[in-house]
Amino acid sequence: MFASKRLAKELQKLHDKLPPGITLVKADDLQEWIMDIRVVDNNPIYVGEVYRLKFTFSQSYPIEAPEVVFVRDETHPIPWHPHIYSNGIICLDLLDRQGWSPVHNVESVCVSLQSMLTSNTKKERPEGDDNFVRNNRLRPRDINFIFHDNQV
Amino acid sequence: MDSDDDFNSSPVSDEDFMGDQDSDVGLEDDSDFDMDQDDVGFETHDKDIFPTKQHYEVDFKVYDPRQIQASQDNQIAEVSQILGQPPEATAILLRHYRWNKERLIDQYMDKREEILESAGLGETAASNPPKVVKVKGFVCDICCEDGPNLDTFAMKCGHRFCVDCYRQYLYTKIKDEGEAAQIRCPGDGCNRIVDSKSLDLLVADDLRERYHVLLTRTYVDDKENLRWCPAPNCVYAVECGVKDKELMRVVPTVHCECSHFFCFGCSLNDHQPAPCALVKKWLKKCADDSETANWISANTKECPKCYSTIEKNGGCNHMTCRKCRHEFCWMCMGVWSEHGTSWYNCNRFEEKSGYDARDAQAKSRQSLERYLHYYNRYANHEQSAKLDKDIYLKTEKKMQQLQNTTGMSWIEVQYLDTASQALQHCRQTLKWTYAFAYYLARNNLTEIFEDNQKDLEMAVENLSEMFEKPIDQLQGLKVDMMDKTAYCNKRRIILLNDTADNLKQGNWEFNVSFP
Ligand SMILES: [Zn+2]
Ligand SMILES: [Zn+2]
Ligand SMILES: [Zn+2]
Ligand SMILES: [Zn+2]
Ligand SMILES: [Zn+2]
Ligand SMILES: [Zn+2]
Repeated sequence: MFASKRLAKELQKLHDKLPPGITLVKADDLQEWIMDIRVVDNNPIYVGEVYRLKFTFSQSYPIEAPEVVFVRDETHPIPWHPHIYSNGIICLDLLDRQGWSPVHNVESVCVSLQSMLTSNTKKERPEGDDNFVRNNRLRPRDINFIFHDNQV
Repeated sequence: MDSDDDFNSSPVSDEDFMGDQDSDVGLEDDSDFDMDQDDVGFETHDKDIFPTKQHYEVDFKVYDPRQIQASQDNQIAEVSQILGQPPEATAILLRHYRWNKERLIDQYMDKREEILESAGLGETAASNPPKVVKVKGFVCDICCEDGPNLDTFAMKCGHRFCVDCYRQYLYTKIKDEGEAAQIRCPGDGCNRIVDSKSLDLLVADDLRERYHVLLTRTYVDDKENLRWCPAPNCVYAVECGVKDKELMRVVPTVHCECSHFFCFGCSLNDHQPAPCALVKKWLKKCADDSETANWISANTKECPKCYSTIEKNGGCNHMTCRKCRHEFCWMCMGVWSEHGTSWYNCNRFEEKSGYDARDAQAKSRQSLERYLHYYNRYANHEQSAKLDKDIYLKTEKKMQQLQNTTGMSWIEVQYLDTASQALQHCRQTLKWTYAFAYYLARNNLTEIFEDNQKDLEMAVENLSEMFEKPIDQLQGLKVDMMDKTAYCNKRRIILLNDTADNLKQGNWEFNVSFP
């Protein structure tokens, strides 16, 4: 598999040392990893909550972006954000074909998502969330998101 | 450029295509492409005289892949000389400017460095050719491999990766994502575009071929006056001068070499006489109302006299109940014999006036009924076109068997094919006249339109009916069938010319507004 050496290296580094607010939960194989993130400042929208991320790697990771979604369970809600749908699908150019660079990795994606939350001030869902959540059957990588603003 | 003999069989000569790309070819009067003889079937011309263009027809040209490639290469060579940049860099610049060479040349003269930078060509592009090297102490950021024997590659931007990763990256972009003109360096946030020289160095032959096919595709995609034929597996492109902003005044149906008729404005199947915006609206409405629509377009109905179930098995609207021999019209369920004179009832929705209009519920019911009236007829022609085709194919097969047993020559059944094609064309037009009529607000022109629609409808049903005749009778009906075919084509031309003329002059009023 193309990605094995790279993922093994990443995993080693994740076990070694991680930025504050980011923890490795599960990485039993080279297909699917679970990470937890929380914001480290006092943003009232997210204070006291921990969010769970699921990374899925294809055969051609890191040439291809991993699929990254927030997952919900009893202790992990889906964070409020104008670019995060209530089913956990994330609209972020970094995870899109156009925005992804193979130089990115699991840690840098977590850091990007963390800062995306930190800087957010709107307790909102994306426009058309209801409709999207009800009707979307596509995998995140096949959705054509339009990135309205890259500031958020 | 190749100059094979078979090249002459393509629709236009190279020289035509090499001419000034920016001229409004759509407005040329001396177009020399062959007009479909079927469409002018009721007029005969001397061989030397080109058929005159109908009012509803637009000028266009069809190009094969070689002509497209040649035209692209020509423009690259021309601009390359003006800018003093090598062809590879020029190609990137032209693609960056969506093949608007005037704008590129203008801006290049003003702010050369800035433009090179924005196209991912920073510094001078005319420099050392790209090469693969081994670098001491190198670790690839993509695969984490290292070692002194690792082949590596970087473009001018200096983002260096191992050759395997670079190759894999390009492979994914080209093969899986269909990208070509805008593949960026794999480095994070780097906007440098992978030029074709670097690409040729890194990828294998099969992928290189795919890359150039994709590059050619972007050439056509970027040019406002070029469009791919949307037929599956078709490799031709069509050039037409009709601009997007003209689409409320003209419906630019073009005819590809592969025989597909499509709209240059929106790439859908030919939808004359309805303008693109109206077609879009109609299709959306039909999709939204699909449940009602499905219910109403069901393929079975009850005989209005004896109530036994009747299935429509041919394209013709003239139904005869097997059980009670009652003859009626599939569309309106009215007695068929009355249709000889009053086809009117069958194509125009009678707007009910008066007392129940005040009631909101009745109003919404009436608006549904009105929609269903038009939808029903629209769907009927769509369905009938399929049935016509089926019955033609069956007939053709039977005729072939007949030929084998009686020794009738092949040419003698050509008229069946001609008739079948006319039916397909006319039904396609009729279908869209109903969507058109749905949005049409009544004025002094709608009556003429409805008359034309009615006449075409009648001509089509008369011809369609002939296919249901027993095979042994068909031979004797050849002349009659050819007459009816010519008449259908003639009615279609009359209808389309009338609608096109009025559209051009803005005479139609619609009951909805179009953006
Ligand atoms: Zn590598
Ligand atoms: Zn770069
Ligand atoms: Zn075609
Ligand atoms: Zn159109
Ligand atoms: Zn009956
Ligand atoms: Zn009728």
